[in-house]
This record gives sequence, structure tokens and C-alpha cells, in this order.
Amino acid sequence: MNSAAEILVPGKAGEGEALVLTAPISFWGGVDPKTGRIADVRHPQHGEVIAGRVLFLPGTIGSSSASAVLMELVHNGRAPTALVLHEPDAILLLGLIVAREMGWETPIATRLERGAFDAYRGGAVSVGADGAITAAV
Amino acid sequence: MSLALSPEEQAIAASQDGAGMAMRIVAESARLLGVPRLIPIVSAHIDGALYHGDSGTLFAERLVEGGAKVAVRSTLNVGALDLMGCSRIRLEEPQRGMAWRIMEAYRKLGCEQSWTCAPYQAGHRPTQGSDVAWGESNAVVFCNSVLGARTNRYGDFLDIACAITGRAPDYGLHRPENRRARLVFDVSGLSPSYLASEIAWPVLGSLYGREVGNAIGIVRGVAGHPGEDALKAFGAAAASSGAVGLFHIAGVTPEAPDVATILAGPEPEAVIRVTPEMVAKARAGLSTAAAPKAIDAVAIGSPHLSNAEFDSLERLIAGRRLAVPIYACTGRHALALLEKDGRRKRLEASGVVIVADTCVVVTPIMPDIGNGVLMTNSGKFAHYAPGNTGYAVLYASLADCVESAVRGKPVFTDVAA
Repeated sequence: MNSAAEILVPGKAGEGEALVLTAPISFWGGVDPKTGRIADVRHPQHGEVIAGRVLFLPGTIGSSSASAVLMELVHNGRAPTALVLHEPDAILLLGLIVAREMGWETPIATRLERGAFDAYRGGAVSVGADGAITAAV
Repeated sequence: MSLALSPEEQAIAASQDGAGMAMRIVAESARLLGVPRLIPIVSAHIDGALYHGDSGTLFAERLVEGGAKVAVRSTLNVGALDLMGCSRIRLEEPQRGMAWRIMEAYRKLGCEQSWTCAPYQAGHRPTQGSDVAWGESNAVVFCNSVLGARTNRYGDFLDIACAITGRAPDYGLHRPENRRARLVFDVSGLSPSYLASEIAWPVLGSLYGREVGNAIGIVRGVAGHPGEDALKAFGAAAASSGAVGLFHIAGVTPEAPDVATILAGPEPEAVIRVTPEMVAKARAGLSTAAAPKAIDAVAIGSPHLSNAEFDSLERLIAGRRLAVPIYACTGRHALALLEKDGRRKRLEASGVVIVADTCVVVTPIMPDIGNGVLMTNSGKFAHYAPGNTGYAVLYASLADCVESAVRGKPVFTDVAA
């Protein structure tokens, strides 16, 4: 499986085990900024850790502090290795934009239609600096 | 269409100082959204001074070192510390010092020390139709819906960057055509006595957020103005369960004198007919604790309590001693009136813990007891408390919250939908 994705925020190419969220998430209150663990007890992927994974996000909800949580994950080395979003989320991705301004290394964020997420579930995935998303065979 | 900055904006973006960094952040966000230009704004409400970790402090201090100052009136949302000294924050060093440093950095950038998530009840009320850049999801939805000023949901960092540059990307809810309703959320199937009850509004807000997501809807079937605190509770719950930035209520909110005026087309794309069963389910979804025998605490004030809400609290407590504490979160704007006539001392003598400048879900205040049960009348607290505090929540009306705090066990008496 190979998809050419649109780059939302440029960053370091990344690879890791795919974590495909099945429901939108609020980063603030939903993800622990210290560990990257999904803390929202009502979220279907509660308990999973986003650090080091290629994170597929069908959508985001809730607090306007999502950017702060994502930047803190970057600063703590607990960010996903790449982010794949169904649509650009200006609040969340601001965390990457500001981290870049601060001179910190950030993961790439790309866009992919959420209907294509399932093909990557459970396997290793790499996201190239050109935004291409490739499932390892 | 790609972003075109004016020569002045380009010159600022090219500079190495704090203003340059702010302009680049605004411009990058605009590019991400495919927005062609920036527009001037007249005010900002800034959510970035809450300590989430060292990165936010380092960012704010970088702006201060770069000589940045806000260009428009800018109020501050809550911080992680109670600077008024009402409650004890269990934040240890070095986090405590970093939490203070971020609050101090935003003060140095020229922001007003309002420290509240309800700036609209602390005298910051931009006029209808004006463009502003507000953060904090409940403040955003109130500003758009109840005041009729125009803002998107500005995330941390973009809010201060807009305040420093006095500009925001021209998109979304700044544009009148995007403020029109596509969905109708019809509550006429609910009883008038339920709609007149305090508990209806956070529950309906939670349901509304889940049903409409980030679409714009209009609520139909509300007989009279439910009061500003009810709209505050509705918006806060809607913004935490969905990505709601603007709602309309026919005959109540300023852009919707009636349904037809604000609908985007001749017919709504969908009509959500709210039934008592849907309301009962939404209400049950706000609780995570399964029929506990006792409660450990009550938390109210998300968004921050108004003076009218303190009046209700005082009336319901009626001088009784509480078995478990009620954490009452508010801003210093409400505190001033409470201090005036000894009311704060009376409430505290009953067992109320007043929390100012911050709140119980954003910073550690409540004891870390493990498997604690928290009762609340706030849809927003109900949403965030389990993840942020480790307490299971029980959702109830303010009257039932107070009765339960007096008895130390859950009491439910509220009206059905």
C-alpha cells in the first residue's frame, strides 16, 4: 500500500507502527503530554501510546490547547514519528509550526483521506519527507 | 489562491525579533489553511499562559526576549496557579516555577491579568460584527454565538501571535457566509419545565456538540432567553463534545432573530429532532461513575462562576456545613464582589473551596486519592475530569450537587426532559 499525500507541515520523515484512531480526539485532556499515552477514558484507543507511532487522525475535537500538547510532546521526545490527518487542523498543527520556529526537530504532517486509513492498520508504516506513505511488507 | 502579505507584513515577517516570529506563525497558519490574506483584529483572548510543560514557557519567553508586545486588547485565560491565594495548588518545583514564569511572560507581553475562561463576564465584550482572535473553546463559542463578534477557534500560540501582529487569517467564522446555519436542532419535543431548568443546558450542549460536530446549527424551540449563564454552559459543553465554534438559538442569539434569517439555504440540510430519550442518553454519557454510594468532592465553575451563580450557590447551601468540599472555580472579576460583604468567608466556612485564576481540571488542586468520585453540574468538567484528574464523574444539577455535598452521597431530584 502506497499513497502520495499532501504535506501539511514539512518535517522529519518518520516510520513506526501505525496507530489508526477510530474516533476524533482532543489532544488536551485526551493525550498525556509527558508520555504520549491516550488518557481519554471514553476514547476507543484509550491506553495506547502515540509516541514513536505513525498516527492516523480521522479528526480532532475539543480544546484549543491541542497545539500546546503536541509541541510539548515534540519537546519531550514523545511525539508520533509522523502524523497523517484526514484534513488540515490549524489548531493541532500549530504545535508543529511553533516548534519549528523554536528550532526543534518536528515530525512531518501529511494529509490522507480517512477512508484510506484502514489499509495501514496494525502494520509498520513509513512517511517520506515528500509526504509519501508506505506500508512495510 | 496562495497567501499574499502586504509589504508591511512581509517586512515584519522578515525580522528576527518577537514580532517577526509572531508574523511568521500567523502567516504559516494562513498558508496551511489556504487563506489568501490577513485581516485586522480588535481584540484577543489568550489561552497560552496555562502551563502544559516547559515548551510553552520557553516559547513565551522567546517572544518577550524579542521585545514583542500585544497590539490589541488582550485578556488572559486561566493559568496553572491561583495568584489570589484562595486555594492551594499541589504543583511542585520545578513545574511550579515554570508555571509562574509562563504567566509572568504573558504579563510582560502586555496582556491583561484577567486569568479567566469567562472574559465575557469580566468586561471583555467585543461588539457584534467585529473581528477578534480568541482562544479557549468556551470563550470562542460564547464570543461568536452570544456576542456576535467573529473569531475562529484560535489555538494556543496563534492567539498570542495574532495579538502581537494585530492580524488574523481571513477564513472560517470571520466570513459572514460561513456563519449561516445548515442544521436545525429542534428542542420543541422537550417539556418547557425541562428547558427552564439549569440542568438542561449543559446536557443539551453536550448532545448538540455530538450531533453537529463542527457544522453550524440553529436551535429551534426555545421559548424565551434562558439567561447568559445557561448559554455559557450550553456552549462550553458543545465545544468540549464537538468542535463547535458558533451556534445560533432562534429568537435568542443576535444573528438569529428567527430560523429563516440565518439558514444558509431555503431548507436546512438536516433537522435533528431532540427527544427525551436522546437527552436521557446524553445525560447518562456525562457520568462515568456507576451508582457510587458516596462522593469525594463537588466541582463547579467551568466556565468560571458568575456572581449570579455564586448567589445560587449561597442560597442552596443556606449556611449548612458540607460533608465533602465544593470546589468553586472563578475569576478575580467575580472574587471582587464576593470579598466585599464577607460572602467569601461565609462560603469557605461552609466548606466551599474557592479557586481563583485557574480551575480543578487544569492544575492539581483536588487530593490525589485514586478512584475518587467527583460530582459536577458542568458539562465541560464532566468531559475532562476523568482524563485530567483521575476522578470518576457524576453529573447533576447545581441543587443536587449542593445536597450531595451536604450529605456526602449522591442525591438526584432533577426534572426529566
